[in-house]
Amino acid sequence: MVAHLVRLKLRLLANTLRRSAWQTIGLCVAVLYGLTVVGFLVAMAVVGGRSDPVLTGQVLTVAGAAVVLAWWVVPLFAFGVDATLDPLRFVTFAIPRRRLLAGLAAASAVSVPAAVTLLAALGTAFAWSSDPPALVAAAVGGLAVLALCILGSRAVTSVFAPLLESRRYREVLTVVAIVPLLLIGPAIGWWSGVAEKSVDETGVTVTMTGPGNAVAASVVAAADVVAWTPFGAPWAFAGAVHEGEWGLLAARVVVVAVTLGVLWRVWDRALARALVSPRRAAAGGRVRGLGWFSRLPATPTGAVAARCATYWVRDPRYATSLAMVPLLPIALAMVGVSSGVGAGLLLVVPPLAAFILGFGVSNDIGYDNTAFALHVATGVPGRADRWGRVLPVLVLGVPLVVALSVAAVVAADRWDALPALLGLSFGVLGAALGTSSVVSARMVYPVPRPGESALKTPQGAALATMVAQSAAFGVVLVLTLPTIVLALRGILGPSATTGGVAVVVGLLTAAVALVVGVRWGARVYERRQPELLAQVAAFR
Amino acid sequence: MTVPPDPAEQGSPASGSPPHVVSDPSAALSLRGLWKRFDDKIAVAGIDLDVPAGSFFGLVGPNGAGKTTTLSMATGLLRPDFGTAHVLGTDLWAHPDEAKARLGILPDGVRLFDRLTGAQLLTYAGLLRGLDRVTVAERVDELLAAMDLTRDRDTVVVDYSAGMTKKIALASAMIHAPRILVLDEPFEAVDPVSAANIRDILHAYVAGGGTVVVSSHVMDLVQRMCSHVAIIAGGHVLDAGTVEAVRGEQTLEDRFVDLVGGRRETEGLAWLRTSSDSS
Repeated sequence: MVAHLVRLKLRLLANTLRRSAWQTIGLCVAVLYGLTVVGFLVAMAVVGGRSDPVLTGQVLTVAGAAVVLAWWVVPLFAFGVDATLDPLRFVTFAIPRRRLLAGLAAASAVSVPAAVTLLAALGTAFAWSSDPPALVAAAVGGLAVLALCILGSRAVTSVFAPLLESRRYREVLTVVAIVPLLLIGPAIGWWSGVAEKSVDETGVTVTMTGPGNAVAASVVAAADVVAWTPFGAPWAFAGAVHEGEWGLLAARVVVVAVTLGVLWRVWDRALARALVSPRRAAAGGRVRGLGWFSRLPATPTGAVAARCATYWVRDPRYATSLAMVPLLPIALAMVGVSSGVGAGLLLVVPPLAAFILGFGVSNDIGYDNTAFALHVATGVPGRADRWGRVLPVLVLGVPLVVALSVAAVVAADRWDALPALLGLSFGVLGAALGTSSVVSARMVYPVPRPGESALKTPQGAALATMVAQSAAFGVVLVLTLPTIVLALRGILGPSATTGGVAVVVGLLTAAVALVVGVRWGARVYERRQPELLAQVAAFR
Repeated sequence: MTVPPDPAEQGSPASGSPPHVVSDPSAALSLRGLWKRFDDKIAVAGIDLDVPAGSFFGLVGPNGAGKTTTLSMATGLLRPDFGTAHVLGTDLWAHPDEAKARLGILPDGVRLFDRLTGAQLLTYAGLLRGLDRVTVAERVDELLAAMDLTRDRDTVVVDYSAGMTKKIALASAMIHAPRILVLDEPFEAVDPVSAANIRDILHAYVAGGGTVVVSSHVMDLVQRMCSHVAIIAGGHVLDAGTVEAVRGEQTLEDRFVDLVGGRRETEGLAWLRTSSDSS
């Protein structure tokens, strides 16, 4: 069974590659990227191990624990990460559960992330090259790490599988998941700032300069704790051997062994339950009345606008970019405080929010997927389609940008900057919307399909997406360049008159970009309706 | 991107395809020399077909025969490589807006805007067709009742069952009272009671002067329901006409199998027939 499932996994992998050259290139890039990261990490570990193996071991323990934790938790957020061997697909085959479980576990080890993790775990073991027994212990620990990662992720996902089957829960989860993702960078900066301060205050005698070493200092403290958790224990085998503390080693081995045993049992139980209880549909989402459809004008334009407004709230793929907007100020404030720039950085928020909103519709037809067939079948006029998609963003974006600008100006205590900031934000909003109107009729690229996680990137789409997005981004930048220059001079100058000019230029840019963009987009759209539908149909 | 060919210069792209006649302006749907190629596979290879106005027209064929591709090209969803499609005398690919207004389409295998509720989706379809609010509201209520979906009008379509999804898609194809309904596999996954109700609706629609085109795998259904039928396979029309003329003395299913071929004498799978539990 083990051999069967491993072979099946390899065959599936090979078949995906056969499907398109782009996917092969994508996988090669992913493998190269993974190998580079691993190589870099191993080199760091070896160099670190030469000068101070103990400290390096502790850093590895903390970083490694984070990796194991990520293996356990990430699949919950990015559901459907690796469902190639979904246990439920084996329901009809009457395979004894024990053998199925062993087979699935072995097959899970055959994947790029698993290979990268194992390579990294084994490679970093060479940090102990000066102490052969510790090196062996680290290598054994590396194998334990892989087992923990695979069993952990499987156990956690199968325990939460009943929850993950509920559409509502999945959708809330993907929107919530962007919070830690967006805050992770600023949080590290903030934490190192705090650690630096605490090091200064306690007067640690170790000679440390710069925030990097402060992080190391806090890591040392954390390592002692983390080494006792199932996440950090296998990484800390070598440290115990190096110190000659055999009791400690035994304790850590026990922690790992018990964890593995528990995970196996949990997975086994959850699988046993899943195999006999078929998937069931969750209770349907209900909405009273017609919502936006009864509030907006009863025209094709109004209908498209009502549909888009409904989707911005109800479709997690749109709601995610909407949820980014309130998080931006928080993230930037954290960066501002930790980097010492201060609240002035908040002035970046309004134009950035305007860009996110305006750019959000740049692949609208890609998001529609084949539901777009309704527009083709009904022959919606291009102008109705384009304006309908733009208007909800405009109606939401204008007051939001004004509110954010005022808030940013108050926080930064720069009332003089308000005109320039408003001009810049409106300019960006209009230019982004106008560009999106043309781009979304011209280029469609694969995005998560309706109902998929907003965080999931469709395979092989990365390059096409990047090309399309950077082209559109370049256009927006060129269009708003005059406004940007004027606004920057108005804010940084600081010059009140230039700020005033920036408002006028910004509004003008927005108006022209919108009208021209929508008109042009409408013409392209009417010419290419069937081709657009054929393109989105090919995404499946 | 292909440009829709001018009706005047619709030359046959390959020798051996039937000679084209000018499209029939009295027909509800008149297809001439339709060709479509996907990469290296020719899905539709020169289809000529006339759907008489007021007929209940069945399109049957094996899997991969080109039914969906043909219907997509006949309704403006897919641009043909060659050939023309006329809707009640209007060249679809030359005047899409005029032609599409007369068509109600149920495409197969496409998504719906499924984050809308059933009532919202129907309203959306109605408003996109340019109907006014009062008319839309009336028709939405009637269609939901006819499809037995009134209780689920406020449920999001993504949470509908397969059959309910089919019914709501069918309803949104009808909301603007088209002259022609083109329905790709309309009864798939629909329960028998709803299917009977839908058949009644379609018969009444044809009796009132409308034209229905359905594609289906179920020969029996087509034989009972349709007045006309076309059998297509491998991207060609093998036979077309009234159901009586096409099937002759045989059942439609036998005639279909005769034309399409592919039946084999069951000799293999001998082990499957033994009911012994020896192995």
